[in-house]
Amino acid sequence: MTAAEPERVPFEEWDRPQEGWLLSGRCRDGDDRTLLLEVATRTLFPTMLVFSLYLLLVGHYSPGGGFSGGLVAGLAFVLRYTAGGDVGLGAVVTVRPPVLIGSGLTISVLTALVPLALGAPVLSSAKLEVVLPLVGSVSTQTSLLLDVGVYVLIVGVVLDLLRSLGSGIARDMRDAGERF
Amino acid sequence: MNNAAADPYAWLLALPVLLPLLGAAVTVIGSRSPTLQRVVGIVVLLAVSAIAGVLLVVSDGTGPIVAPLGGWAAPVGIALVADRLSSLLLLVSTLVTLAVLVYAIDQRIADYGRGTASTTFHPMYLMLSAGVSLAYLTGDLFTLFVAFEIMLTASYVLITRRTSAQKIRAGMTYVTVSLLSSLLFLTAIALVYAATGTVNLADLAGRVAQLPPGLATVLGLMLLLVFGIKAAMVPLHFWLPDSYPNAPGPVAALFAGLLTKVGFYAMVRTQTLLFPRDDPWTLLLVIATATMLVGALGALAQNDINRLLSFLLVSHIGFMLFGLAVFDAAAVSGAALYAAHHITVLATLFLVSGLITRRTGTVLLDRMGGLLRTAPWLAALYAIPALTLAGVPPTAGFVAKLALLQAGAAAGPWPTVVAGVVIVASLLTLYALARVWVRVFWGAPKAALPDDDPDDEVLVGTSRTPMPMFAATAGLVVVSLAIAAFAGPLTAVTGRAGVDLLDRDPYLVAVLGSGGDR
Repeated sequence: MTAAEPERVPFEEWDRPQEGWLLSGRCRDGDDRTLLLEVATRTLFPTMLVFSLYLLLVGHYSPGGGFSGGLVAGLAFVLRYTAGGDVGLGAVVTVRPPVLIGSGLTISVLTALVPLALGAPVLSSAKLEVVLPLVGSVSTQTSLLLDVGVYVLIVGVVLDLLRSLGSGIARDMRDAGERF
Repeated sequence: MNNAAADPYAWLLALPVLLPLLGAAVTVIGSRSPTLQRVVGIVVLLAVSAIAGVLLVVSDGTGPIVAPLGGWAAPVGIALVADRLSSLLLLVSTLVTLAVLVYAIDQRIADYGRGTASTTFHPMYLMLSAGVSLAYLTGDLFTLFVAFEIMLTASYVLITRRTSAQKIRAGMTYVTVSLLSSLLFLTAIALVYAATGTVNLADLAGRVAQLPPGLATVLGLMLLLVFGIKAAMVPLHFWLPDSYPNAPGPVAALFAGLLTKVGFYAMVRTQTLLFPRDDPWTLLLVIATATMLVGALGALAQNDINRLLSFLLVSHIGFMLFGLAVFDAAAVSGAALYAAHHITVLATLFLVSGLITRRTGTVLLDRMGGLLRTAPWLAALYAIPALTLAGVPPTAGFVAKLALLQAGAAAGPWPTVVAGVVIVASLLTLYALARVWVRVFWGAPKAALPDDDPDDEVLVGTSRTPMPMFAATAGLVVVSLAIAAFAGPLTAVTGRAGVDLLDRDPYLVAVLGSGGDR
């Protein structure tokens, strides 16, 4: 039995993002294009990202939080993918989704562990008063960091889903000579 | 004395959950670096084993350790609790997880070289370990659900990863049944919460006692049903022999060793804490009898070595159910000892089956033979756990079974009858395992069959088996022998665990600061 190399693509390369979803002069197959959606996406994409950050920041005292914020941000990317297809994502996301997932999880777990080092029970949080320039005094909780981790994690998961179920399938279909 | 936060060892309690999670995160980020993944996995599991050992010593010495998450004391907040039973099972489970990981890593290196690793295997493996730890340590019904979900979601990936369409179909049985049981679990939690207004296990112990008896019985049966599916008790076992044999060798070993026992642990925890009873539980006695016999008889009819082991796994779940059904301190402690022994021995047998398949290229008993001559080491590795599972003295299986039999015989006429069934099932187990011995190890050596599925993760029919794979399996055999060698102290620990479980007060006082009769 020979020990065959299992992956079709070189091991180092198979999950590097190669698709791009940035709307640019280039477009994917011309007849697949929806002008209305593309124009709307140009406005909606940044708005949704800002809204997702808002949800993340107010999450401790109001409805929102890392999970819902991350989902909204993820939906922004889904919209972008729907409008832009799988050509040219590179300009938006160059980080591999697994790295995002891992980083988010790391941030959250470390946030849970830090109180232990300070002699408090695990997952403890403290109130945090920060004076920001222009904004003034902001009161928040250290558990915001946990939410940041969750936010990053969820964005990573959505991007991973888009990669494997969206552009991955599209690429396979193109390879097989099929069309949507 | 409700200053559980001041417990000097409380800080250790979250680490068996958080360290594997952190390891999973690091291995996802470092998915390009196989060496990093392997080192992280082994280091994390070594650390968790050490912590579990400390937890066992401390909880045995000074009683249950409680860590309130975020400083919110129970019943408001979520508490992690390590008592003798949970620490013992955590220790044994982590050692098994570690050995199986070493085995899996060396298999991968032997088949595909040092430079490749799967992006998903290591993160999911550690994720599963985190879920198992959380299930053992949580003192909260809903967190128990979360723990099961973490564990099961990781297991869905592990069982369907890189395999053939036919095996994925078998994996879907597993996924569907697990999802169904999760749904039932969630429903049961909702009902428990609606009836009592809390999901903290210690708090529930007091409140369930105040419910009308009928309602409490329904809740108890629902939880029994949920954990019965997860623990594969007859007649809810049908999914197990169809799905485990289709998983890659190391993954099957991990599942066989851990997952059903986590279900059984949850069953013991909830039934003893929430629904205490004074007499043997007739329903569970009947189920235990059916489980022992159906599993053992099913094993006799198998030609596929992994299916045979899966049926034996089901059969021996019945032994533990018997211990719980008798419902006294001696029997429950016997069941705890049996669980510890069962985790190691089943994982070992599945690893050995992986080694056998690797050499013969098939899982079918009638196509192999003569391994005693071609692979004598393998024969030794098979013989010891096989005798242990059958319960031949002086192995760990005998010690655990003896504890169960003594407790059963002392508990009344019906438990004594079921204790007789235990002996019958043990003999059937011995017969089934001897059949494997005759087919696989005796006879004329047969040539290895070619790999019928060369695209999947596991290569079989190869004679190249690296030493570390043997060493990992042998390590588990040693753990199993150690259980027999240290049977005295271990029986003492599980004995005290059984008394604590039935008494309930040590747990309740540690978590709530007051006894059960509030």
